[in-house]
Amino acid sequence: MGFGPHLLLAVLEGLVTSAVLALTALGLSLVFGVMRVVNVAHGELFMLGAVLAWAVATAVGGSPALGFVAALVVAPLIVGAVAALAERLVLRRVDYDPEATIVATIGLLYILQQLALTFYGADARPVPPPFNIRLALPWFGYSAYKLSIVATSAVLLLLSWLVLTHTRAGLIMRATQYDRETAQAFGIPVGRVYAAVFAIGAMLAAIAAVLIVPISQAHYLMGQDPLLLSFAVVIIGGLGSLRGTVVAALLIGVSDGVISMFFSPTLAKLIATLAVAMVLVFRPQGLFGKAAR
Amino acid sequence: MTDRKTISAAGPAPLTRRTALKGMAAAGGLMAAPGFVRYAQAQSSAPIRIGFQCHRTGIGAAYGRWYERTTAAAVKLINEAGGINGRPVEIVIEDDGTDAGRGAEVVAKFANQHKTDIVYGTLFSHVVIGSAPAAGELKIPYYVVSEGYHVASGQLNRWCLQPGITDVRAQVTSMAPWIAANAGKKVTMIYPDYAFGYDHRDYLPPALEKAGAEVVAKIAIPPTESSFTRYFPQIPSSTEVLYHVMVGPAVLTFVKELGEFYGSSGPKLFGFIDSLEAVDINSPGLEYLDGSHFWEGSPRYAQAGDSDAMKAYRAAVGIDDNGASANDPRDISTAGHMFGCWETLYVIKQAMEASGYRGPEDRAKLVEATEAISTIAEGPEHPQGDKVFDGKIHQVFGHQYISKLEGGRLNVVHKTSIEDSRYEPEADYTAQPF
Repeated sequence: MGFGPHLLLAVLEGLVTSAVLALTALGLSLVFGVMRVVNVAHGELFMLGAVLAWAVATAVGGSPALGFVAALVVAPLIVGAVAALAERLVLRRVDYDPEATIVATIGLLYILQQLALTFYGADARPVPPPFNIRLALPWFGYSAYKLSIVATSAVLLLLSWLVLTHTRAGLIMRATQYDRETAQAFGIPVGRVYAAVFAIGAMLAAIAAVLIVPISQAHYLMGQDPLLLSFAVVIIGGLGSLRGTVVAALLIGVSDGVISMFFSPTLAKLIATLAVAMVLVFRPQGLFGKAAR
Repeated sequence: MTDRKTISAAGPAPLTRRTALKGMAAAGGLMAAPGFVRYAQAQSSAPIRIGFQCHRTGIGAAYGRWYERTTAAAVKLINEAGGINGRPVEIVIEDDGTDAGRGAEVVAKFANQHKTDIVYGTLFSHVVIGSAPAAGELKIPYYVVSEGYHVASGQLNRWCLQPGITDVRAQVTSMAPWIAANAGKKVTMIYPDYAFGYDHRDYLPPALEKAGAEVVAKIAIPPTESSFTRYFPQIPSSTEVLYHVMVGPAVLTFVKELGEFYGSSGPKLFGFIDSLEAVDINSPGLEYLDGSHFWEGSPRYAQAGDSDAMKAYRAAVGIDDNGASANDPRDISTAGHMFGCWETLYVIKQAMEASGYRGPEDRAKLVEATEAISTIAEGPEHPQGDKVFDGKIHQVFGHQYISKLEGGRLNVVHKTSIEDSRYEPEADYTAQPF
């Protein structure tokens, strides 16, 4: 295969990684931006989305498209409810204290993982993609479904941006992010905003998981990689910045695709980690983050 | 009073009362006797305890599930037929999480806490390699069903044996001539980047060269990888056969992406069934495998020429003609490997009986008795086929099956001979002291 097609394949693979990563990391970034909570259980909420997608698709049966659409609707809703419950029962009780919430979400990580192992099992289970179309390029074939993930993710990111910048709910979230106490003084129910934001963050991860599950199966240990990469994206992009998250996800995803294809996957991870370290040293607020006030 | 005293002291005076007491004592003795006999029996008929190091969780969980079922079925039959040396067999299971470190802990737990007679049942090569030193230190026989070359290579110790399943080196050696003759002469290998994959990487190329074929590329894939498309450009276009052996949860993704990448063109495929153990061959996304060939340790699907022993084995373990659980057609077995558990247990039985095994003090004798086994006949105890055991390298050699995936099932097209799989032994465990 020539250099051109090789690069094209690398970029396509990288875009798919970026698309899923951007959604997952946006959830993490939103939660940190608004609530100042480092959600270590974010990867497990992603896993929960994938596992529920399998459960829903299997329960619905019938055509793969029907099962997939049902999963895309139901799984994020359940994950959101679980997250809202966790926020009420745990995070609120520790008063969103930064250290306490880290420990609490680590606990949540193990609880979710072990529940998945107990009730779902240790097997990797596939969810059939809604459609099976192979795009035959002159040099190689590529899954049309994978490309649809990129498109879906782009639409969802655009939608998130519209909600954050052009709706009342977005305004409330941004106000809470900007200054919690002043927001409360202006009558914004900060407690409810927190619960909603935590749920939305989890739902974004769950949506990303449902999208990815037809190409990589649902498995109870699948939450670790997305968590680490999401942290990398959030650190590089700047906490709470949607634009930064998207740019950083593209950067990490595409460079991962290209470097791991032309060199080695280990080198790709190495460079991503190095980038995180460099950003922390030279621009701690991230590429697009605002410096701490 | 005096009388009573004498009686209570049970003095030597020949009193009628004393006679009565004597009678009572005798009766008491008689009553106690059956109890005593029972106790004596309890010592010789206490169960033989076999510690089963099982992959209940982790990436080997599907194998663990079926190794457990096969073990239970074999032990049930052994016990119904009178056990081993007249003693019932009891299986003690510990989960090793398919983790090498945990594996060594489990071996120690069996030896020190459960006080099992032996340890048995491990599959994944890293767990075997991680656990073997513990077995050697604790001097407890460690019978593995792992198929890695680590036992036969001499890398482990005298306490580690593999009498139920052929090792990878022998498997690839016996199949290389068939691959060269029927699939193609230019082979690209895709294998997992750890011990089990290295056995393939190291021993297939020389065997292929001997058969007049060559390996044009070797692609190692990290076991944690979840996407594979990025590796496919490394497959040279001259490749005629893609030899794939993958394990772990990402296998379906691998095949699906391979299909998307190549479409209807692309090289022929020859795979190890390890890639698809416990996976329904008719799963969505696996269509690309249709018409490709697989190695199988023992056929998953019932074959036309199955022996009565094979039929009885399949019924006892509880798998249907498609190699799925008789209770749940979606629960696919690991038929290519799990027969090794059945056969290993019968080798243990044979060796325990030959050595007159009584307890942990006879462990060395048990290893020696296993080493003394040479030929193993096909039959209900060895349904997969006859075998040759090489006591010096603690490794068994058997027939291998090459099956073609067609019409949604795997049909055996070739059965290798035992001689095809033999290689020059590189070790001699019998020279090691216990």
